[in-house]
Amino acid sequence: MVGEAAVRAGCRFYAGYPITPQNELPEYLSARMVEVGGTFIQAESEIASVNMVLGASAAGGRAMTSSSSPGIALKQEGISYMAGQELPAVIINMMRGGPGLGNIAPSAADYFQATRGGGNGDYRTPVLAPAGCQELAELTFLAFDLADTYRNPVVLLGDGLMGQVMEPVVFPDFVDLETLPERDCTLTGCEGRSPRALFSMLLNTDVLYRHNLHLQEKYDLITAREQRCETVMTEDADIIIVAYGTAARIAESAMEELRAAGMAVGLFRPITLWPYPTNPLRQLASGAKKVAVFELCLGQMLEDVILSVGERAEIFFYGIPGGPVPTPAEIAEFIRSAAEGDGKVGRRIEV
Amino acid sequence: MNAEVAYKKVFERPKSLKDTPTHYCPGCGHSIAHRLVAECLDELGLREKTIGVPPVGCAVLAYNYFNFDMIEAPHGRALAVATGIKRVLPDKFVLTYQGDGDLAAIGTAETIHAANRGEEISTIFINNAIYGMTGGQMAPTTVLGQEATTAPGGRDAKLHGRPIDISAMIAICDGAVFVERCSLASIKDIRRAKRAIKKSFQSQLDGLGFSLVELLSPCPTNWKLSPKDAWAWVNDVMVKTYPLGLIKDTTGYEDKK
Repeated sequence: MVGEAAVRAGCRFYAGYPITPQNELPEYLSARMVEVGGTFIQAESEIASVNMVLGASAAGGRAMTSSSSPGIALKQEGISYMAGQELPAVIINMMRGGPGLGNIAPSAADYFQATRGGGNGDYRTPVLAPAGCQELAELTFLAFDLADTYRNPVVLLGDGLMGQVMEPVVFPDFVDLETLPERDCTLTGCEGRSPRALFSMLLNTDVLYRHNLHLQEKYDLITAREQRCETVMTEDADIIIVAYGTAARIAESAMEELRAAGMAVGLFRPITLWPYPTNPLRQLASGAKKVAVFELCLGQMLEDVILSVGERAEIFFYGIPGGPVPTPAEIAEFIRSAAEGDGKVGRRIEV
Repeated sequence: MNAEVAYKKVFERPKSLKDTPTHYCPGCGHSIAHRLVAECLDELGLREKTIGVPPVGCAVLAYNYFNFDMIEAPHGRALAVATGIKRVLPDKFVLTYQGDGDLAAIGTAETIHAANRGEEISTIFINNAIYGMTGGQMAPTTVLGQEATTAPGGRDAKLHGRPIDISAMIAICDGAVFVERCSLASIKDIRRAKRAIKKSFQSQLDGLGFSLVELLSPCPTNWKLSPKDAWAWVNDVMVKTYPLGLIKDTTGYEDKK
């Protein structure tokens, strides 16, 4: 899915290291990259593969790596360097349960890792969170475009369920590689120009100070321009469910069930986790009475909801760690409980 | 009389080196190694198609001195970064320039696997048996008995393990076509080192595979020796652990004497 979308989006370089639940992607690309004249490398580690992507990106290619949670932890080194060197790349994380080796179930416990960054330094990476296979394909395209536009690594955050389900998908058309904008940061040998150097080490404190301010300007621009979300039936809703990814799919089914029973409930689904769609959520929360947050972990996105909503509405939380996937009925119970305020499922968050 | 007629220019700065003083200590091998690399690139006409990857370590600022495209890699990852570059730009010339900590400790996996894949990359490996930039800690290549700030009293096999011969490890990889260990501690050895570097570069141009030239390089500052004594230490002590000479050559090139 992501593999074919990436190839169509112009990706011609992939390096990765096997880890479940995302092996379908490198397996697909190992053959597909050869067909389109690109490069596939099964590297010796996650660290090597992300740094191969760093090199490929510096050489001018649209490049991608993928992994799952503990593998992404190892890739944070390269992600931080690429942020510092302002190199574009796409990093796919099909999340699994943690901490440590955890399990291979569809947990969503890497929200902090993705949005706060496990790498060192004052940097940000846009994070895109698809809720199904069609969107996975479309956001793969967007990820490459955002990476090039802002010369920054971009994270696509799925989970073990999304990585292994089958759904029909209509792929976007192939991008014409010739139409991709030329980068002025590419290293190709210095023929006809003065030599270029790409580096993130800026020993002079004043120089690094200015570099950080420059990066922050870019992050501010991304925050202002790239907040994305989907809202479903929120216009008349008294209670708004906030969920992303697979959790949002379950929440939407629960919402439909509750709507059929006459309850005024809506869904707010962030598509960008960074920048978090704070502005639209804040507006919605001002009109609703309650916000119910559901995550496949014990409350990470919750912090961004609190920062966005504040005291504009009452906030409730229900989270499931470790990988069990709840039924829509279970989430419907949480929404009912939040609406009643009876504390039977989930908990009320004191702000 | 015209000065150009009276004096013939027989020695000048290679085009592949910038006209700038380096930060390297007096007696350090890096300046010599930089010059050898630059001379070889010039002589093979490679400067404008070269992309270099320096290490983290004393040569981290090499992009200030080399006059061609360069990119910084995280510590130890030079050969992973270089692999990405070479695969996207197979017609360009890609070299890494790495120290012993970078190549033989934190980057061991990247080094061995790039060699084993036979990546068409040339690696210059500066072995000075110490962590220079961070102030003289024990390196993977520190020889037994050698003092280091983290091996007080000298490296002890029982306490610290033994020095690693990574060039020999690389030589057993099928993808490596040329591996030679040279020294920067005598005029004769420096000339030999240049021949080895040029051969390594040629093997990349001919698409043969991976090549590496190890250079035993004096570090007077952290060895706490004068430059002259540092040369003597390379020649009297270091070569016993790291004997000079050709380790592997499957290039099929005939040596021009």
